[in-house]
Amino acid sequence: MASEDHSHGGSVFANVTQATEDPILGVTVAYNKDPSPMKLNLGVGAYRTEEGNPLVLNVVRRAEQLLVNDPSRVKEYLPITGLADFNKLSAKLIFGSDSPAIQENRVATVQCLSGTGSLRVGGEFLARHYHERTIYIPQPTWGNHTKVFTLAGLSVKTYRYYDPATRGLNLEGLLADLSAAPSGAIVLLHACAHNPTGVDPTLEQWEQIRLLMRSKGLLPFFDSAYQGFASGNLDADAQSVRMFVADGSECLTAQSYAKNMGLYGERVGALSIVCGSADVAVRVESQLKLVIRPMYSNPPIHGASIVATILKDREMYHEWTIELKAMADRIINMREQLFDALRAKGTPGDWSHIIKQIGMFTFTGLTSEQVTFMTTEYHIYMTSDGRISMAGLSSQKVPHLADAIHAAVTQH
Amino acid sequence: MASMAAISRGLLKRRGIVRSPAAVAGLGARSMASWFGHVEPAAKDPILGVTEAFLADPSPDKVNVGVGAYRDDNGKPVVLECVREAERRIAGHLNMEYLPMGGSINMIAESLKLAYGEDSEFIKDKKIAAVQALSGTGACRLFADFQKRFLPDSQIYIPIPTWSNHHNIWRDACVPQRTFRYYHPETRGLDFASLMDDIKNAPNGSFFLLHACAHNPTGVDPSEEQWREISHQFKVKNHFPFFDMAYQGFASGDPEKDAKAIRIFLEDGHLIGCAQSYAKNMGLYGQRVGCLSILCEDELQAVAVKSQLQQIARPMYSNPPVHGALIVSTILGDPELKSLWLREVKGMADRIIGMRKALRDNLEKLGSPLSWEHVTNQIGMFCYSGMTPEQVDRLTNEFHIYMTRNGRISMAGVTTGNVGYLANAIHEVTKSA
Repeated sequence: MASEDHSHGGSVFANVTQATEDPILGVTVAYNKDPSPMKLNLGVGAYRTEEGNPLVLNVVRRAEQLLVNDPSRVKEYLPITGLADFNKLSAKLIFGSDSPAIQENRVATVQCLSGTGSLRVGGEFLARHYHERTIYIPQPTWGNHTKVFTLAGLSVKTYRYYDPATRGLNLEGLLADLSAAPSGAIVLLHACAHNPTGVDPTLEQWEQIRLLMRSKGLLPFFDSAYQGFASGNLDADAQSVRMFVADGSECLTAQSYAKNMGLYGERVGALSIVCGSADVAVRVESQLKLVIRPMYSNPPIHGASIVATILKDREMYHEWTIELKAMADRIINMREQLFDALRAKGTPGDWSHIIKQIGMFTFTGLTSEQVTFMTTEYHIYMTSDGRISMAGLSSQKVPHLADAIHAAVTQH
Repeated sequence: MASMAAISRGLLKRRGIVRSPAAVAGLGARSMASWFGHVEPAAKDPILGVTEAFLADPSPDKVNVGVGAYRDDNGKPVVLECVREAERRIAGHLNMEYLPMGGSINMIAESLKLAYGEDSEFIKDKKIAAVQALSGTGACRLFADFQKRFLPDSQIYIPIPTWSNHHNIWRDACVPQRTFRYYHPETRGLDFASLMDDIKNAPNGSFFLLHACAHNPTGVDPSEEQWREISHQFKVKNHFPFFDMAYQGFASGDPEKDAKAIRIFLEDGHLIGCAQSYAKNMGLYGQRVGCLSILCEDELQAVAVKSQLQQIARPMYSNPPVHGALIVSTILGDPELKSLWLREVKGMADRIIGMRKALRDNLEKLGSPLSWEHVTNQIGMFCYSGMTPEQVDRLTNEFHIYMTRNGRISMAGVTTGNVGYLANAIHEVTKSA
């Protein structure tokens, strides 16, 4: 039944309805429309300086100049799996250069389009080659996770994660839900700086999670979008992943350089699959190519070249770690300032979660009514779940935000 | 629209993916046991595998006429001057923030002008839904996924032969494929009569994949007259024309001329879909820059369609890469740079046309018993030589000449330096044919 009922010459897509706006990006749209000079955008998770400007790292600018001034550089197609140097360096970054998995050639790494692309390619691979088709994602999680995995061909379930009462981790619920999962099920884990809550397990809690997952044969799929951005230390932020890899078992990891190298729009990321043997890794890589080729053939060269340039040069790598720590420190500083401001005002409630949570986002615990109030009365924009991007805050704006939270909490 | 869970189940069922129970075995063991032990090694990509083999060959005589990437007369890859200049202007000045989900507005606007015409009324009336895509592959895939989601019972008619990845794209999008006759092996030209028959015999309202110019792999394009007849028959049958335009400017040297087929269809009132790529005509291969557009009945529909295309991009890669798009919009948005680009594109096309003539002349001079007219009749990057896989294997094994086994020669890999050697080798393997 290939023909449609439309009138002759009319569009075959006449029945297509407008898609609902993405809730996160919709916040910025609304913010841009607001004429108030007081307005504050705490919506989308892109780093901003104290002045509220986007930041291109100095070391990235240097890498760019090296690339543009090198006349031998060409724009040929990358292999389907991407830039080889980039792949090796990315694996070392997340797993550690001394990782036995790398030394034993058990890691298949492919360059993908940032975190999203890595998750999608990994999901598609699992849907085709893994015996369990269900992936468990934490509640809550990044808004795009469900769609990514569903379209990849997996069915999505959730496990408890965030405890609204403590604004911390619901470890009991997490362990109970993973215990109840079928053996072999895939589990999505945020490697650090959980999005949207900022709530991470401690190392002891990670160990409990790891033991449980191993006993049930659950397959970890790490989403690592903030390595180095959470604590300011690249190795510390990779501890969770390394713990799992250290016991010799298999896992998937999606890495993004959007935030930690500020390469957002360049779409740079990597998917790694840690396999039981080198032979398996070779075959797995060959199958990953079959997922990628009909999607976009091969990945974009520019961003990966910048990353490889930086990671392979000792001095540039060092400069990167300093700039990265500065970004993480500014965010930690904003957390402290906001917490202090609310305490000084005597705002009712326990706000310690602001300094306990980690990474770009704070899950304030504000209700959607309170959020609406803050937007209408104080021109403060955030997603309706009460998530604020600390990266969008500056010392100058902290008092305004504290005022708004105080008013929202005391009047609603 | 079906629930998410149903989509997921349906996807796997339609892809015919068979899961091996072997994975379940031996999972009680710790350490080196693998969940993926049953995974088979995938077959190499027929096109990209050729370059891999070429690179591994130590012979000093080796010639790569496999993958379709342009080479200069020294066999070297080329970065266009206009691109270098654009990059100099971009580096150090712009930030790297996320593009909108639909991509760079400027790049899209310039792309539509190229495809639909500078003064296109459809652009003025905002009737075109368009998003930035990951080169031609990405544009085709977005369209295939979109077609599946909104017209789930539709199929796609694909020409015989076509770029091998077309089959992969529509297969992974779970859109059933049919074929239509295109290439005539006897004449090494267009099998126009069969093509028209297949168009007429397809059910009304079928979706067709058409190569706008420089058909890949055959280099055989319909004439203007033939395009008009095809367009007319499409109107009669109410078929949907989807154009894959990967070589605009690269075929004749003139982008306007290369868009003729599309313009004919637009004049006839078709609501087309179009995939554009800047890989070849701007030499931006690895940057992955392209555009998908769908002409709609009105602005409202275009807005709706664009929003849905974005919904397909979002769970695939969120938003497209910025760098390549900046290069394109910098060049096309600056009259001087655009002028330079047009000259450079013509230069590339002219060199290829020159190599076609040289190859044919050489073969004729060698006294080949076969006709090599098709070498100069065909257009664009590829020549469909008519050689058999066995003859191609001989070329590779005996002469270190690399091409795909369908006999497709990438003329971009031919130089004044190697055309004699190539002609000789082809003559050797075909003279007793």
